[in-house]
Amino acid sequence: MSVPPSEEPQVPVTPEQAAESGTVAGRIAMGQRAGGVIVPVLTALVAFLLGGFVVLATGHNPLLAYRDIFNGAGLNWIFHPTTSTVSNASYNLSQTLLQTTTLILTGLAVAFAFRCGMFNIGGQGQYFVGLYVANWIGISFPHMATLPHILLGIGGATAAGAIWAGIAGFLKATVGAHEVITTIMLNWIAIWIGTYFFGDGGPLQNPDNKAVPISGDVADNAKLPVFWGAKELQGLHVGFFVALAALVVFWALLNRTTLGYEVRAVGFNPEAAEYGGINVRKNLIRAMAISGAFAGLAGGLDMLGYLYHYGVSDIPVSSVGFLGIAVALLGRNTAVGTGLAALLFGALLFGTTHGLQSNVIAPDLAGNLTYMIQGLIVLFVGADLLILSVWNARRRVRTRTRAAEAAA
Amino acid sequence: MNTFAARFDGSLGARLRDPRTLGLLGIACAIMACLVALPPLTGRSPLYPVLFGIPAAVLGLATALRGERRLGWGVLVAGLLGIALGVLATHSSTSNLNLVFTASLIASMFVFSTPLVFGAIAGTFSERSGVVNIGLEGMMLMGAFWGVYGADKGHSWVVGLIVAMAAGALLALVHAVFAIHLRADQIVGGTAVNFLALGITGYFFFQLYHGQNVPEGVSTIPDVRIPGLVHTHFFGPAFGKLNLMVWLSFALVIVSWLVLFKTSIGLRIRACGEHPRAADTVGISVYGVRYACVILSGALAALGGAYLSIGFGGGAFTDNMTAGRGFIALAAMIFGNWRPFGAFGAALLFGFSTALAYRLPAYSASAATLFQALPYVLTLIAVAGVIGRTTPPAADGKPYQKQ
Repeated sequence: MSVPPSEEPQVPVTPEQAAESGTVAGRIAMGQRAGGVIVPVLTALVAFLLGGFVVLATGHNPLLAYRDIFNGAGLNWIFHPTTSTVSNASYNLSQTLLQTTTLILTGLAVAFAFRCGMFNIGGQGQYFVGLYVANWIGISFPHMATLPHILLGIGGATAAGAIWAGIAGFLKATVGAHEVITTIMLNWIAIWIGTYFFGDGGPLQNPDNKAVPISGDVADNAKLPVFWGAKELQGLHVGFFVALAALVVFWALLNRTTLGYEVRAVGFNPEAAEYGGINVRKNLIRAMAISGAFAGLAGGLDMLGYLYHYGVSDIPVSSVGFLGIAVALLGRNTAVGTGLAALLFGALLFGTTHGLQSNVIAPDLAGNLTYMIQGLIVLFVGADLLILSVWNARRRVRTRTRAAEAAA
Repeated sequence: MNTFAARFDGSLGARLRDPRTLGLLGIACAIMACLVALPPLTGRSPLYPVLFGIPAAVLGLATALRGERRLGWGVLVAGLLGIALGVLATHSSTSNLNLVFTASLIASMFVFSTPLVFGAIAGTFSERSGVVNIGLEGMMLMGAFWGVYGADKGHSWVVGLIVAMAAGALLALVHAVFAIHLRADQIVGGTAVNFLALGITGYFFFQLYHGQNVPEGVSTIPDVRIPGLVHTHFFGPAFGKLNLMVWLSFALVIVSWLVLFKTSIGLRIRACGEHPRAADTVGISVYGVRYACVILSGALAALGGAYLSIGFGGGAFTDNMTAGRGFIALAAMIFGNWRPFGAFGAALLFGFSTALAYRLPAYSASAATLFQALPYVLTLIAVAGVIGRTTPPAADGKPYQKQ
């Protein structure tokens, strides 16, 4: 007995249809349905494998290198859990979570725009303006009470990020300027504004020491409370919980509110959304502003949580905004995924640099290994078609086998 | 008698009434409005800039009214800007002016614009064929590192350039496979390529040079000394001793304009970027053209990167050496409206603003810093369409699927 013709259309989405469906968000949503959690995990594994090959080819032992990075990130803490900061693992883990805090928020900044069909590549710039505003507010009111001061600082940073991204959203909605180009330009404008602010004679440069291009420290009553480790040693601050709360807010906003419904509808298909009575332009601006708010919040928390001051030389080194792209893509633009991906990249960020104590691989090599792994992950996750075709091939084989079994 | 001269006159008259000619004349007036106040002319009265700026603005208005609105409003703004800058210059001290505006400012403009020209032309080829190339930064970075590595180990800058082009092309190939065959999102792919290049160059720089600098005495790309020009008054310091890559960048602009707009190859490339389905129908291999253009793009961008390390860099490499120049090149390409000469003009403008920013601390250090943001602000204004709108190739960034 032959397979009935109705068996073939059971495969829900062919890669061709997925590619035709238009927006990035639409395609990624397809990938999500097709791959679930397996695809991101496989992607990360393949990236680590390829990174391992590079390590092997240059004469280092990749397994030992990854073990040292694992320990450097403090992930070995789970074998000996303790809150004592004397323990190396405990300290390293607190530092990893400190990075995770930032990456959750910069990841959400990219993810939210993605769900509205836009690629916010400007997380770095939005993070910077948040950082600047928090620094300015933190320095400016030394006699303010603690709670209002912190709230004002974080609120200001969030608003600054929202406005900075909102410019890109506004330009997209009104004149159709591509958000990728405008956010890249806004990144660099933010970088040079920072260089001006903290540089020689700049308005935010520490007035007590005009010789170095570094800002002053934020006032003590603007600093966030630290709950793990010591304030002087960059302990983990309460912003960590704010980031976790942001994950919940992100999920609730997208899945449980009218705003989220509209944003997702525009992301899937702007024409259909417009036809259905949704104001596409308003949603583009709104989604971009919310996106930027997450990144601005990240900057605010970093400034009031552990950086306290910022210098011209810190600006080109920072890459948390760009890491947010990898975080969002690996996390499939979902709240849970973004949280887990942020943990992975937070661990890589700290475990390959300051936390790394290894005679197998030098921090300079390991730090660049992070960039390579990050690049590979983004490359593979972006190729949803590759994933889809593998997935569909599997589905097709499975359907045929089932049909054959039924026939037998 | 319908003579040649009469026909010539007629066409000349028509040409003069043509809005584009009016616009170009206006731009010339606007530039003059600025130049009269600067050395070597150094007119000290605010009357001079106004004298040139007003015609520029009028010409701009005339151009705009005759249909070329983008150009027209641009010229009008340029004219007003020319007056403002010119008047500003008349208020500055002559000694400061002589310090900043020397002939070597032109030479230093070329130093800063050359990597941008290579990058912008590279981007133009890729995007004209329909593949967005946001990975220019990474391809330039590959060229910078592998260029200096090749020049060091091969004991010749020629080897360096070849190795650089190969490295850039290889990275571009990765981008091409994912963008064309796997139909991945091209912006995501380009971002990935940038990360990859940052990791690869940083990793191998440390691995191959053991955390040290590249040893001194690496063969570098030579300067071209023009014997008749070196000792002349103005042109000597400006053009007499430019790097070979600067001259190559001029040639590249002309060649790529010829290729893109005057040959059948260029027509095919543009067809793939505007309407790939139509191109496919008439028998052009869309995939083939796109692969070739993206790989060429990688090789060209890498040349721009190599100029940074073994050209004006003098044979040194530092981590993330390109420091965003790939993105300025991208901006120059957009600002130049995806055309070789437009991109060249934008690269010169951005190069000039950087060169000027390095000299402005004579006036004010913080103003000089803010000046560095000018290319990005200008590009933002250009894509926002305040002065006309830039138009990318119609199928730019859209994966093509054979049927």
